[in-house]
Amino acid sequence: MFVWNGLYPMSLDKATVASIATLARLRVPEDRLEPMVADLNAILGFVEQLNQVDTDGVEPLASVTGHSLPQREDAVTDGGYPDRVTANAPDGGNGFYAVPKVVE
Amino acid sequence: MSEPYRIQGETGAWEVVIGLEVHAQVISKSKLFSGSATTFGAGANTQVSLVDAAMPGMLPVINRECVDQAVRTGLALEAKINPVSVFDRKNYFYADLPQGYQISQYEQPIVGEGVVHLDLPDSETKEVGIERLHLEQDAGKSLHDQHPSKSYIDLNRSGVALMEIVSKPDLRSPEDTAAYIKKLRSILRYIGTCDGNMQEGSMRCDVNVSVRKPGDEYGTRCEIKNVNSIRFVQQAIEYEARRQVEVLEEGGSIKQETRLFDANRGETRSMRSKEDAHDYRYFPDPDLLPLKLDPARVEALKAALPELPDVKKARFIAEYGLSVYDASSLIEERAIADWYEALVKGGNGKRDPKIAANWTISELFGALNKAGFDLADSPVSADALGGLIDLIGDGTISGRIAKDVFAEMFETGKDAAAIVEEKGLRQVSDTGAIEAIVDAVLAENQDKVAEFRSGKDKLFGFFVGQTMKRSGGKANPGMVNELLKAKLTG
Amino acid sequence: MAGILDLDLVAARDALRAREISSTELTSAYLSRIEATADLNAYITVTADKAQAMAKASDERLAKGEGGGLEGLPIAVKDLFCTEGVLTTAASHILDGFKPTYESTVTGNLWSAGAVMLGKTNLDEFAMGSSSATSYYGPPVNPWRGAQDSETRLVPGGSSGGSAAAVSGWAALAATGTDTGGSIRQPASLTGIVGMKPSYGRCSRWGIVAFASSLDQAGPMTRTVHDAAVMLSAMAGHDPKDSTSAAEPLPDLEATLDSGVKGLRIGVPAEYRVDGMPTEISEIWAKGIAWLKDAGAEIIDISLPHTQYALATYYIIAPAEASSNLARYDGVRYGLRVDGGSLDEMYANTRGEGFGAEVQRRVLIGTYVLSAGYYDAYYRKAQRVRTLIRRDFDEAFGKVDAILTPTAPSDAFAIGANEDDPVKMYLNDVFTVPASLAGLPGLSVPAGLSARGLPLGLQVLGRMFDEPMVLRVGRAIEKAATFTSRPAMLEGI
Ligand SMILES: [Mg+2]
Ligand SMILES: [Zn+2]
Repeated sequence: MFVWNGLYPMSLDKATVASIATLARLRVPEDRLEPMVADLNAILGFVEQLNQVDTDGVEPLASVTGHSLPQREDAVTDGGYPDRVTANAPDGGNGFYAVPKVVE
Repeated sequence: MSEPYRIQGETGAWEVVIGLEVHAQVISKSKLFSGSATTFGAGANTQVSLVDAAMPGMLPVINRECVDQAVRTGLALEAKINPVSVFDRKNYFYADLPQGYQISQYEQPIVGEGVVHLDLPDSETKEVGIERLHLEQDAGKSLHDQHPSKSYIDLNRSGVALMEIVSKPDLRSPEDTAAYIKKLRSILRYIGTCDGNMQEGSMRCDVNVSVRKPGDEYGTRCEIKNVNSIRFVQQAIEYEARRQVEVLEEGGSIKQETRLFDANRGETRSMRSKEDAHDYRYFPDPDLLPLKLDPARVEALKAALPELPDVKKARFIAEYGLSVYDASSLIEERAIADWYEALVKGGNGKRDPKIAANWTISELFGALNKAGFDLADSPVSADALGGLIDLIGDGTISGRIAKDVFAEMFETGKDAAAIVEEKGLRQVSDTGAIEAIVDAVLAENQDKVAEFRSGKDKLFGFFVGQTMKRSGGKANPGMVNELLKAKLTG
Repeated sequence: MAGILDLDLVAARDALRAREISSTELTSAYLSRIEATADLNAYITVTADKAQAMAKASDERLAKGEGGGLEGLPIAVKDLFCTEGVLTTAASHILDGFKPTYESTVTGNLWSAGAVMLGKTNLDEFAMGSSSATSYYGPPVNPWRGAQDSETRLVPGGSSGGSAAAVSGWAALAATGTDTGGSIRQPASLTGIVGMKPSYGRCSRWGIVAFASSLDQAGPMTRTVHDAAVMLSAMAGHDPKDSTSAAEPLPDLEATLDSGVKGLRIGVPAEYRVDGMPTEISEIWAKGIAWLKDAGAEIIDISLPHTQYALATYYIIAPAEASSNLARYDGVRYGLRVDGGSLDEMYANTRGEGFGAEVQRRVLIGTYVLSAGYYDAYYRKAQRVRTLIRRDFDEAFGKVDAILTPTAPSDAFAIGANEDDPVKMYLNDVFTVPASLAGLPGLSVPAGLSARGLPLGLQVLGRMFDEPMVLRVGRAIEKAATFTSRPAMLEGI
């Protein structure tokens, strides 16, 4: 059994974590960034042990059931309830969702 | 061979290399992964299910018909149908992308390599390779002009099935590219997998453009997103190729980027906003399983495909003796080809296919174009035009009169025979009657008769014209000719 | 009232059918009990009015001799299941005020079977955790206390900690849970109840807030193995709205429950003997082995060689899927919105404020392992190892009918412990994660008490879709263990 030795390789730096956060659309305040870097490196250090496993010629697992994709018939069976899909919207109007103006 | 398309720069001629990603909206009643409707132009968010709105815990279930449509299209593109394909998530944030990812196919698309045959002017042909075709979800729509500080989101399109058809970089000119789009659209419409309506956005083109000196390696390409007409595609290529040549000749380099075509200015510009942090983090969608296609299902779809444009064209040339040009214009749309065949095969099958083709292409298409009608709206049916052609064939009316009759038919929707009767346009083929007119014409023009006889042959046409005029156009032109010849030279 | 609360699910079912008690009476007893145990923070939302109305309707059906398999039985629902018109939070700030306009398939199945909804139970935010302490609504509390330390509040495990606390504190007759890497089994072990994760695909995921789609499974949390069988029968079933839902028919789970283990081959995997495993864990495991042997089973040593890599595999796959599943929480269509100058700022502000620290960690790790240049090294590699883990089990199940292991590496720990160290917290799932990755059914049965007087569970694993076998072995352990201990707080009620 793997025993974690408490040592983490510092593979991610602050700038990298900040850019991952941007990619994930997650505002991480400056003072939270440093501890986050440490946590993420701890996790990455932990998962690094997978490098020890020989996976040559092993297919990635596609599904645990081995079933193939079920397919439904082409019929209109859903939708037609704008109120239901917009009922929880924090902002909207006239049946739309509203967001801060997008400029292109 | 016509001259290859070249951009003339300061340093010489440049070749343009073009590849297309066409997003074709699949014809289906319901969406790719949900049961909501796909019709165009419905009220905001009325065609949105909980799945399309990406409510928590909602899951995709694939539409069998959309799979069939992709397979049909693959078969029509002579492409490899992959027995196993995988749906992936393409992750990015955007207001009209409720899931925060688009379900698409990345490493294992449903359709692999295929080909499209282009018919270019001067009977040239060209093959354009298809790289792949995959199924994916459409996004919703953002409306930016409804509110000063907000954009409004309508998810009606969210989740509608698209086929992304990716060509190889085999195109070399705006004209080739236009021919490719037209041919692709023709194929899709033939098999009924996409209506090809670029105005409504059911067919959208991303155009990849690069330039190089002929014989060099491929240059860096730019992708011009979402161009929505064939004309704009051509303009965008022309502009973008010229821009790239200018950059390169000034010693600059092309940055691989996404650009936008501004139709008002006729130019492309960088979409920097979409550039930053582009990392789609594709991975197989764990809500879906691998899509397996039974060979029997593919075979059945293949067997049920209609005759495709290329095959039909070859048949029209062989069976009806049409020119390549006539055959090409008749087969572009399946409805027209069907219309033409109904015309030829009607009337005891005695109609001359070439005459039928001429009438269809020059008269009918001309009139439809002028009136802004589709074939489906044509006031003249195949049967009715057949009736007109038959009247020419049996000598009831002359070809010239027939054009007037056709105009009348197009105007009123009336039957050719009825118009001929009503207006007394029946051709005069009675020898005595024509002879009387000829005699009168010759008597009135003694001087010209003398001139003719003294060797001024050209005057023969004058006598024909006078005779036809006096008969109100109804005299049988062949008989007029014969009688005049006999009387003038006899 | 103690008498009525004393009834387990099956006993209450029988009493209702015999008209010895009414659902209204039973439901009221539980609603009072929920009030009395408010300190457990087991519930995020109590739906008292709804419960009473449902109980009344059940009584009417029962009076006519009608009703489903769970008619009139008051149960709790993990607040990860979307329930129509009832606040659904996933214990996250980001789902502020979200009232679904739809009902999850599993809860819909339960209501169709006649069950009465008491409310929505607390959990780790988005089911990410092993203590339930990451809940935006504060941590639920384990009804059990250490024998020598009755002051320290302990975790009920996680992520289905609220459900576990409710069932073990008798604030619900039974509850639903969801299990992604052990989130039903581990809290069941820590609170002395039965918890079952069925085979992946048994219960529809439609309407359950997704954490990691390839792993998430709903399951029952109950007082007894028989209760679990009854409840799972109502929850499970093929659902065409979930493409990963299994079309396999669900066998009669009660029929073979008491068939015993005579002649069955029970596997004991060498790799689960972890270095530094507390002796009381190895002891309870040894006891379990002995019980099954005494009951006539054949004990077979087996090897699951890739076990040691399961946790690392899990902590790539689950965050990767989660990072994508949680992208929909963007402040546009539901839940919290924190404004910003632009769309992207609004997203970042909303998600920065709406997600707690552990969720943020996992979203970031998941984003990273899927990003360009790292996908092969992390995600694809993990899915390959996952194949090997599944193969280990397939091979083992060629030789055995079920596998017996401990459920968790320790008994309940104090609220706040392990919180500063995410990886240490992850180790709680060491015994449950392998079966999750393989999609196999697993059951935790209370087996005894630790030195601190806290419950310890044993885990039974079975072949894909062989729930009857898992329940049957679990029932044999339950019989042999005669676990009758109760948390001190239940004394005198
Ligand atoms: Mg593209
Ligand atoms: Zn696309």
